[in-house]
Amino acid sequence: MTATFLILAAITIAGTVAAMAMRNLIHCVLALTLGFAGLAALYLQLGAQFVGLTQILVYVGAVAILAVFVIMMTQHPTQTTESIFSSFWFSGSLIAALVFAVLGWAIHSSRLPYGIAPPHAEAAVQPIGDALMHKYVLPLEIMGLLLTAALIGAVVLAIHEKRRSA
Amino acid sequence: MSSLSSYLLVSALIFSIGLAGALTRRSAILVLIGIELMLNAANLNFIAFWRYGPNPQALTGVMFAIFSIGIAAAEAAVGLGIILAVYRHSKTTELDQMNSMKG
Repeated sequence: MTATFLILAAITIAGTVAAMAMRNLIHCVLALTLGFAGLAALYLQLGAQFVGLTQILVYVGAVAILAVFVIMMTQHPTQTTESIFSSFWFSGSLIAALVFAVLGWAIHSSRLPYGIAPPHAEAAVQPIGDALMHKYVLPLEIMGLLLTAALIGAVVLAIHEKRRSA
Repeated sequence: MSSLSSYLLVSALIFSIGLAGALTRRSAILVLIGIELMLNAANLNFIAFWRYGPNPQALTGVMFAIFSIGIAAAEAAVGLGIILAVYRHSKTTELDQMNSMKG
């Protein structure tokens, strides 16, 4: 456990907590990009360069921007004074705390067989590209089909439906 | 405490934060973002197990994380589209004001 890991983990957790706890939704998404960037840095620290850069492109680039667009299209500028949490916030946070307790107990009590990382485990881009084009080519094509269908579906859902004058 | 378990602990913490947000926030957009956080915690687990696993040359954890990111992107696009459609219908994104299923 190094200082780099501690700093990156603290940034990530602070970003995610702020994203879930702030009042203004735009501030929430800004904090969320901080959390996603921290996660990408954790991936880079673990030696998975391609996944880290993909994380930055997809989450910080695309998903956060999409969320900002939806927030701008749906929020009224009036400031509400009511609570940002729903009425069953207590049971919800209790469930989340219990889930974390169970996960932490499982991690703490299991004896992990691999304590030390292998010295040169790095996922360079070229082996990933080879694997995607040979061994994983069918999942890759299915993923492309799924993404196409999902994006067409999202456009169909979000497009403004003209009222038929019957 | 080995280094792998500290990564797993960070991942469990992110998962719980996302779960708490998805269960307690009133805005549908933030519920969706909480679900995204839970998916990201799973990705961190994949990468950590790949890095500390016995056979990192096989790249299976990295592949799983890449495909999981793709699925999460599709899910975010469809989810935000659904939120827009619901907003057009009921003029709100607050979950406790969406209390009718028809009409």
